[in-house]
Amino acid sequence: MADDNQPNPGRRKMLTLVTSVAGGVAAGAAAVPFVTSMWPSSAVLAAGAPVEADISQLKPGEQMTIEWRGKPVWILYRTPEMLAAVKKDNDKVADPNSKNAGQQPSYAQNEFRSIKPQYLVLVGICTHLGCSPVDRLAAVPEPFDPNWQGGFYCPCHGSLFDLAGRVFRNKPAPDNLEVPPYKFLSDTRLLIGADEKA
Amino acid sequence: MAATDKQPVVVTSAGPLNAPASALLTWVDQRFPLMALWKDHLAEYYAPKNFNIFYFFGALAMLVLVNQIVTGIFLTMHYKPSATEAFASVEYIMREVWGGWLIRYMHSTGASAFFIVVYLHMLRGMLYGSYRKPRELVWLIGMAIFLCLMAEAFFGYLLPWGQMSFWGAQVIINLFDALPLIGPTLSTWVRGDFVVGDATLNRFFALHVIALPLLLVGLVAAHIIALHEVGSNNPDGVEIKAKKDAAGRPLDGIPFHPYYTVKDAMGAVFFLFFFAVVIFFMPEMGGYFLEYNNFIQADPLKTPAHIAPVWYFTPYYSILRATTEEFTWMLAAGTLALGGLIWFTAKQQTVKLAGVAGAVIIAAAFFLIKAKVWGVLLMGGGVLAFALLPWLDQSPVKSIRYKGALYKTALTVFLVSFVVLGFYGTQPVTELGTRLSQLFTLLYFAFFALMPWYSKMDKTKPVPERVTC
Repeated sequence: MADDNQPNPGRRKMLTLVTSVAGGVAAGAAAVPFVTSMWPSSAVLAAGAPVEADISQLKPGEQMTIEWRGKPVWILYRTPEMLAAVKKDNDKVADPNSKNAGQQPSYAQNEFRSIKPQYLVLVGICTHLGCSPVDRLAAVPEPFDPNWQGGFYCPCHGSLFDLAGRVFRNKPAPDNLEVPPYKFLSDTRLLIGADEKA
Repeated sequence: MAATDKQPVVVTSAGPLNAPASALLTWVDQRFPLMALWKDHLAEYYAPKNFNIFYFFGALAMLVLVNQIVTGIFLTMHYKPSATEAFASVEYIMREVWGGWLIRYMHSTGASAFFIVVYLHMLRGMLYGSYRKPRELVWLIGMAIFLCLMAEAFFGYLLPWGQMSFWGAQVIINLFDALPLIGPTLSTWVRGDFVVGDATLNRFFALHVIALPLLLVGLVAAHIIALHEVGSNNPDGVEIKAKKDAAGRPLDGIPFHPYYTVKDAMGAVFFLFFFAVVIFFMPEMGGYFLEYNNFIQADPLKTPAHIAPVWYFTPYYSILRATTEEFTWMLAAGTLALGGLIWFTAKQQTVKLAGVAGAVIIAAAFFLIKAKVWGVLLMGGGVLAFALLPWLDQSPVKSIRYKGALYKTALTVFLVSFVVLGFYGTQPVTELGTRLSQLFTLLYFAFFALMPWYSKMDKTKPVPERVTC
């Protein structure tokens, strides 16, 4: 071993590589708790129970808003004219038959996207970027559509939805408004966030 | 070499120091390169002598950064980062804290002032080709500062917990939702909840007051170190280092201190005059600096009837809104046209094939990926496109003074597009607004995408040997 005092570049390179890899793995592992700390906490995950809505005071043509999981949920009592307007919108909307199964439970995958045709239940959050659309329920000409049959207008990016929450074609929003899981506890009481299966 | 071997440097621009001061300076210099830093970056940093008004904005950006940090520290002493208390604590600062209203308005006006001076600073770079070789890294670090600044403004805007704070954050975080596969997980992770809430506010506060300011200050230091390594550009785009005197000083250079420190101080006085007028007489600037809806506390159940971001984000917000399903056809056509241009003008066979294949793939992707995702990508692309300028600009000259009509037209069209997009970003959606936003989005991107061609075809004028004035 006469060369003990001479540098050995190959060995140095290998040691540097091994140290870097080991250090990198340790740094990556140390990052895990910091990354997971930003995930919703256990308390947040535990929240989100179903809420009950009393619809006895809701008159035909009126809409009410309740909070479920921090989001607005709309309940709209549709008149026969409003239901007729939904049919008229069939050729204006992107997904008239609610084919995208993720946007409503199977029992709302129908013509009016609801259990009882007159009661529409929607999560009032635009499927584009999460604004809450405003109601323009009357069938009057609007700046955004001279042939407006009533529905919802998103003030943020101009997406339009009809009185069944179906999105109009050529608007930024990609999907129909979400119908949350719900069931009727009685004729005047609704439970939002749970259904028959749950 | 031991520290004590260093020769003491005791002469400053103010003349010889008295004995105790010079002894102290020597003591420090043997332990820290104080005089060397002073010389390298101020007293013997030679800047071109022909700087014009556009060259104030770099120094002004630093002044505004100091303003933001100092006022920010004092606001933190009274602000409460919690969803139940934040809104009231800002009003408390405005009404009960001595001088609180002034500090708050200095901070909120400073945010807009920051973007005004930074946009003008970037325009300066585009006018005089300051991004060209050898200043590519100065430009790229500057881009990183720009991104950092946008993030800082975005996080800061949530803190007052007003209606615009809340819904603005909701929209921007939902941008991540658009990304395929990881989108929803990522946006939930960013929010720390399934909706914007207390967890979101608290983490935005942490990022706004410590993480990003640290990064920002570090990047500003890197920006200046890189600049001082290559030297400043000037309105003529002439390299002053090419002509030096016997002592090795650029013939057209003057020491940054005292010449530009004094000049920048004068610029700062002018700036502070206007800054003070805004702070004292129009801190809300008609709803552009502080939006009226933000004086209403955040309500997660109700979006304000008209929501728009603060003015400095509106050009990019317009691009986001303009990207509808219909518009992807135009974008695909534009991409294919660009591919055709590469095919007919590129010299190497590989470049031709890569250009056309890339264009076809991107054009196809416009139909395979939803318009919503493209809106987000184009918005990000609109910001990041500036980073490509050093390589897109193929002109033989740097400065607009010697560029021809083609480049001048292109830059004018770009600036008009930026302003029109910015205007429509503040407006509610209308049919006309959407169409115009789409047209100007195309022109905005055409400025970058076509630059390799028009900058090369452009008829340039001869560049003088030395700076002109």
